[in-house]
Amino acid sequence: MFNILQKSFSIGSATADYPNIPPRLAEQFRGCPEFDFDAWSDARPAAEVCPTGAIALHDGDSLRDVTVDYGRCIFCGECAEASADGAVRITRNFELAVTDRRDLVLTAEYTLHPDGSHAELQSTNSGPSAEIPARRIAAAIHHLLGRSLSIRQVDAGSCNGCEQEIVALNNPVHDIERFGIHFVASPRHADMLLVTGPVTRNMELALRKTWAATPEPKVVVAVGACGIGGGIFGTNYATMGGVDAVIPVDVYIPGCPPRPEALLHGILLALGQVRQSMGSHPRR
Amino acid sequence: MTTFFNELHDRFPELVRSVEEPVSNQVVILLNGPDVTAMVKHFLAEFQARIVTVFAEDRVNLEGVFYVYYVFDRPGDKSWVILKTPIPENVPSFPSLAAELPAINWQEREIQDWFGLEAAGHPNPRRVALHDNWPDVHPLRKSFPLDSVLPPLEGERHVYRPTYGEGVFQIPVGPVHAGVIEPGHFNFAVAGEPILYLQLRMFYTHKGTEKLFENLPIHRAVFLAESISGDSAFSHGTAFCQAVERAAEIEVPKRAQFMRTILLELERIANHVADVGAIATDVGFAIANAHAGRVRELVVGLNEALTGSRVLRGMVAVGGVRRDWQRDQVEAIGKTLNVVEREFRDLVAIIQSSDSTRDRLEHTGILRPDKALTLGIVGVAGRASGIDRDIRRDHPYEAYSQLPFKVPVYQAGDVRHRMQVRIDEVGESFQLIRAALARLPEGSHHAPTQPMPPGRCAMGAVEGWRGEIVHWVRTGEGNRIERCKVKDPSINNWPAIVEAVEGNIIADFPVINKSFNLSYSGTDR
Repeated sequence: MFNILQKSFSIGSATADYPNIPPRLAEQFRGCPEFDFDAWSDARPAAEVCPTGAIALHDGDSLRDVTVDYGRCIFCGECAEASADGAVRITRNFELAVTDRRDLVLTAEYTLHPDGSHAELQSTNSGPSAEIPARRIAAAIHHLLGRSLSIRQVDAGSCNGCEQEIVALNNPVHDIERFGIHFVASPRHADMLLVTGPVTRNMELALRKTWAATPEPKVVVAVGACGIGGGIFGTNYATMGGVDAVIPVDVYIPGCPPRPEALLHGILLALGQVRQSMGSHPRR
Repeated sequence: MTTFFNELHDRFPELVRSVEEPVSNQVVILLNGPDVTAMVKHFLAEFQARIVTVFAEDRVNLEGVFYVYYVFDRPGDKSWVILKTPIPENVPSFPSLAAELPAINWQEREIQDWFGLEAAGHPNPRRVALHDNWPDVHPLRKSFPLDSVLPPLEGERHVYRPTYGEGVFQIPVGPVHAGVIEPGHFNFAVAGEPILYLQLRMFYTHKGTEKLFENLPIHRAVFLAESISGDSAFSHGTAFCQAVERAAEIEVPKRAQFMRTILLELERIANHVADVGAIATDVGFAIANAHAGRVRELVVGLNEALTGSRVLRGMVAVGGVRRDWQRDQVEAIGKTLNVVEREFRDLVAIIQSSDSTRDRLEHTGILRPDKALTLGIVGVAGRASGIDRDIRRDHPYEAYSQLPFKVPVYQAGDVRHRMQVRIDEVGESFQLIRAALARLPEGSHHAPTQPMPPGRCAMGAVEGWRGEIVHWVRTGEGNRIERCKVKDPSINNWPAIVEAVEGNIIADFPVINKSFNLSYSGTDR
């Protein structure tokens, strides 16, 4: 007993004060890639190496449509290494959660040289609108649900990578309970479903039933590249793709897996959705 | 070695067509037909051989046959022995060995489901990998397109074996569990508190992974290998890369071998530390888990500094590793390990000082050594039940043959000793990493890229933190994968849980399950 107390006192508080203070990221940490569409001379090498098809090309007559989908990106960094012109850069940005799936998709249209490289940028759609910083959302939590939110996590087919980081939310460093957020054992006790994917054929029914068992108002958060769009598994004979192919999704958190702070950012963003849906579902 | 094969020829002259060693330490015995039963019995009796995995391959278009492969391991022999048996298309059947070798019960049924080859005489030939409600499809046949869209699944439901008796009832649990864990279904038959019998149903997370490998460019396939079991991303990635490197005769530079070894051990440390904490949690000792969670954060922080990813993704590559380390990164390893080692020692002391915790862990969930041997249990769970086996020592890869380490083995087979194996192994990993750092070679971290020769086959095997991970590949045209078989240790070890829970109270199931901590995704793929 004495040694337990002694150890706890000697450690003090281990909790990192995210989102008030940015997390300590290793210098080598890979966040999402950033694309300088004006300077991008050829998207083919990046599309060729992208393991999940997050960078996709559609070539027409001397025109190329480039689509970059952060929802399917696994942050491997291959696109930056493959693009000799330096137009693709790996950033340290991980706060990528959005409420609209379309906000994760960037597009650009190029005219082409005869050799297939880009001649001129015709148009871009820069996707993500300005996101609400996690800090501001955290401030809102004090008004919500009596300062408590119950999450039921559902693994609908994940590789267990996302689960590791979700478990880490409960350790003393990330300590999600300091926000009044806790994980519960039944969907019947939950306000939020935190779902990882890809949704497999063998889990489809269980996911639908879990969603049906969760009382209104409820929000659904899709976690990771697989939960958002099937990730590296995509849609095949055994998988249905992302969570929103089966149940409605309110917030999408990119990553492979998303680091705990990225999960926290997305969960706090979803809290804003809880508040909205509580407005439309007055407490009975 | 030669005598062994001469003797095989003499004993089974009708059966053996050829014996080759296309890859060093991987001997392929091609047979004339599918009837391996007598030869396998001979292997088991004469050589104490152990079956590692069984899998199939569709070569109908090119060779007019399916192949079923049986991989064996013999004590004291660094070679893997691979039996390759042709199955004619018009007689799609192979003899089941599951009655003698329960370790391959599910793997034989996988072949039935995926290839439509009958495991003749299987004691329980029901569907396993494709659930009962699936239509009659065989996705790993080459004639089945990956992107096939199946109609909504509306077939029969799974029937569990009924249990009868006064006061006997069944408790269905899952696939969505109470904690943050993967999906699977447990059907407990209990008489009051004690568990009489546990039935498992897995493959809820079947994602078509082996089919996805087919035709995938090799550099992309590495990322798929990393997504087989998320807590073993680096081990699975390395096993896959080893298989390709051996098939294509790519020499991995010494520095990359040492870097891989260090990262494999960091994966082991991070997971073992988390498991020790989780076992404590499941008997209500939450403070230990709080410390374990903190210690794990130190390790994954180091992972991030070394690879850019907390869980070691995007680092391993065919031919070596993707990124080299600067001097400050190498120095960070030793510094962080010193802190982690001190903290882990304190954590273990805290757990060991708690009598009530020890009381819950000792004699709980016992897997007897004779059962472990019969069931073919591998890894941590095997070593806690007397199975003295570790791929790092028995089939050395990367830098392991040059580094000193001990393999802890216990006979008790309870939760306490599965935890103790982890504690001992973390200690060994510290020493391994330090020894590797002291001798970290200079030079390249990646072999020069070269086109892969098609049609080459080889196996990679890694002792992941959970146990033996095996990948077998055939390379295809245009730097692509033709077939990749993945064997996670979990598929061997689920039957051990069934065995270990019997007679225990149902309230101890979570801690027994956690002491094995098997991968559902690795099983289901």
